[in-house]
Amino acid sequence: MEKLIVSSSPHLRSGDTTQKLMLDVIIALCPALIASVVLFGWRALLLEAVTVTSCVVSEYLCRKIMKRDSSIEDLSAVVTGILLAFNLPVTLPLWMAVLGGAIAIVVVKQLFGGIGHNFVNPALTARIVLMVSFPSPMTSWVQPLSADAVTTATPLGIMAEGSGQALPSLTDMFLGLRAGCLGETCAVALLLGGLYLVFRRVISPVIPLCFMGMVAVMSLLMGLDPLMQLLSGGVMLGAIFMATDYVTSPINFWGRVVFGLGCGFLTMVIRQFGSLPEGVSFSIVLMNILTPHIERLTYPKSFGEAGAKA
Amino acid sequence: MGTANMFARLKAFPRGGAAVPHRKNTAEMETVSMPPPEKVVIPMQQHIGAPCVPTVKVGDLVKVGQVVGDTSQFVSAPIHASVSGKVTAITEILLPSGQRTKAVVIQSDGKQEVDASVKPPVISSKQDFIKAVRESGLVGLGGAGFPAHVKLSPPGNVKIDTLVINGAECEPYITADYREAMENSWDVMSGVYAVKDLLGVDQVIIAIENNKPDAIKVLSDIAYNKNDPKNQVSVMPLPSRYPQGAEKVLVHQTTGRVIPKGKLPSDVGVVVMNITSIAFLARYMKTGMPLIQKRLTVDGSAVLYPKNILVPIGTSIHDVMEFAGGYKEPPRKLLMGGPMMGLALSDDSLPVLKQNNAILAFAEKDARLMDESPCIRCGRCVKACPMHLVPPQAARCYKLKDVEGLLKANVMTCMECGCCSYVCPAGRYIVQTMRLAKNMVRNAPKPKKKEEKA
Repeated sequence: MEKLIVSSSPHLRSGDTTQKLMLDVIIALCPALIASVVLFGWRALLLEAVTVTSCVVSEYLCRKIMKRDSSIEDLSAVVTGILLAFNLPVTLPLWMAVLGGAIAIVVVKQLFGGIGHNFVNPALTARIVLMVSFPSPMTSWVQPLSADAVTTATPLGIMAEGSGQALPSLTDMFLGLRAGCLGETCAVALLLGGLYLVFRRVISPVIPLCFMGMVAVMSLLMGLDPLMQLLSGGVMLGAIFMATDYVTSPINFWGRVVFGLGCGFLTMVIRQFGSLPEGVSFSIVLMNILTPHIERLTYPKSFGEAGAKA
Repeated sequence: MGTANMFARLKAFPRGGAAVPHRKNTAEMETVSMPPPEKVVIPMQQHIGAPCVPTVKVGDLVKVGQVVGDTSQFVSAPIHASVSGKVTAITEILLPSGQRTKAVVIQSDGKQEVDASVKPPVISSKQDFIKAVRESGLVGLGGAGFPAHVKLSPPGNVKIDTLVINGAECEPYITADYREAMENSWDVMSGVYAVKDLLGVDQVIIAIENNKPDAIKVLSDIAYNKNDPKNQVSVMPLPSRYPQGAEKVLVHQTTGRVIPKGKLPSDVGVVVMNITSIAFLARYMKTGMPLIQKRLTVDGSAVLYPKNILVPIGTSIHDVMEFAGGYKEPPRKLLMGGPMMGLALSDDSLPVLKQNNAILAFAEKDARLMDESPCIRCGRCVKACPMHLVPPQAARCYKLKDVEGLLKANVMTCMECGCCSYVCPAGRYIVQTMRLAKNMVRNAPKPKKKEEKA
């Protein structure tokens, strides 16, 4: 008999892999990707292609230089690339998008050890770096479906300035007919992707629900229209796709509850009291940093541990 | 089932576990008996507790059912000859668990003459019953191998009110307990009544996963009868979700009671017995034939004719596989037990033990598991853990050799059911890490001294 393989139990696996999970996320991002092209034209697709290429090439080169096994097969760099593009205005110069991808992968992800080891969301951190470095191109917005690319303000910008400019209707907001980043405007497409991820059990709905719930509650407390707040800025994209990033969010149920509520709370505080009109990126990154502490404070009681509920 | 019980079950809605495939390919195959092999190797350690000492010497003639190993220790169970013949050697072997133990080698004479000591036990008191259980050599047949008489004699201050019969059989492939329930339903029931009277319990729950409707029906039909007007014996279908048959999960699921960390079922008034164990006990009371054979499910992708076989204890796995009809593909992994908790064997010369319930042989494609990649903190292991542990935290503490952290992470509560590794998309050997972590805790110098100093 040929030599037998001896290994630790269990000897059976579910068949799920990191690559399959990432592929599911990419599929879930497709409705919003298509919407971005419909709303903002082919340049949206170009920008998305550029960030994805930048992320994948950065990951490949970085692993090569660090003499580690290639990890582009797990598709996580592709996800980061798409998410980064979704957080950019369609008019952004391409070289800035390339730079953003490199920052996300090299600085935020690989220098901390690669997949599973970064402590903040790579795409969001790259967006913040671009925002701080190039404030003007990062906040030049165009109206969707307009041929001549007229610059305009985002609904949150309009509300913050109080210029009296008319806000889009809620239906328009839901469909994405408003100025904003590439992938954040079409709420219906993002929700569709979110439902797919929940249905496929890739993400748990806890963080998105707590995030959005908190935004709604805070809006009511602040005397704002909760639907308007939920549909504007990056709440939908952030709650469904960014705050649910496995690596940078808590691993346990109650940790996820706290994390989601915290994201919603900070988002509304920044929107209302901060000098920036939008706070989703900062609130998520801040909560990312707090994740280890949240996990420690919400550590589950084991089965049969004194005082534990079964 | 009373309302309170229903409530307890609602509360006990399963948290954790994994939807493992069932693959009960051999469920409808009646058990075949294997004739005695030419040679059996009978290890002296087939139970949790003190090993037995051989009571025979080389050259002795032994008969079926004769004691070949015993000890005066309480937590132990005697071991009997499964064939008649001549003791040709007393050797030392390495069990798959890594233990070394003495083993009695018997060359069969093919006659299967039964020893004179094999006669129904005379029972007139509780002590007689416990003594008979010990003499039967019965150990927990579900896999743990805990001596049955120890389980059935709880300390005087412990009140047992519930007997749970474990027929969950949640491991994929294995159908040995199911066949016992189908083929020997009445043995199961008479065993239940015998132990019920002994323990003086007022509630017996026969727990079976709902993927075995036939067993549920057969046992229900004889459980609900006019001899049990108070309906004290009930059959409870359980959701088919691994690890339903794990003791702590099973007790919670059937009674709603939570066994505290580091405690036993008896601490919450429950005794759990495997369904094959209880049926064996009934047969022993009738015939006096000790535990000398065991039903094994032989299956797996490398096996030509999967089936259930009644095998004399001590038969080599090689002989069992030969009797079963051999392989259709070269076996690359041999398991003693199910795919979730079974032990991988390094060769097929090892003997079948009392507590074995399956031999699985896998071909190349199933023998190799996916490569490990970094943990992406998806949290699936946390959700799957029936003991509500956080495996990545334990792994971190293990890497840092942080014994205190491991204790805080409750690693000793891990029962190595394998749900975490099963669901892990990064293919991490989480159970292996947990085992190593538990060993690290066991071997660590006791931290109490430090406290005393301070």
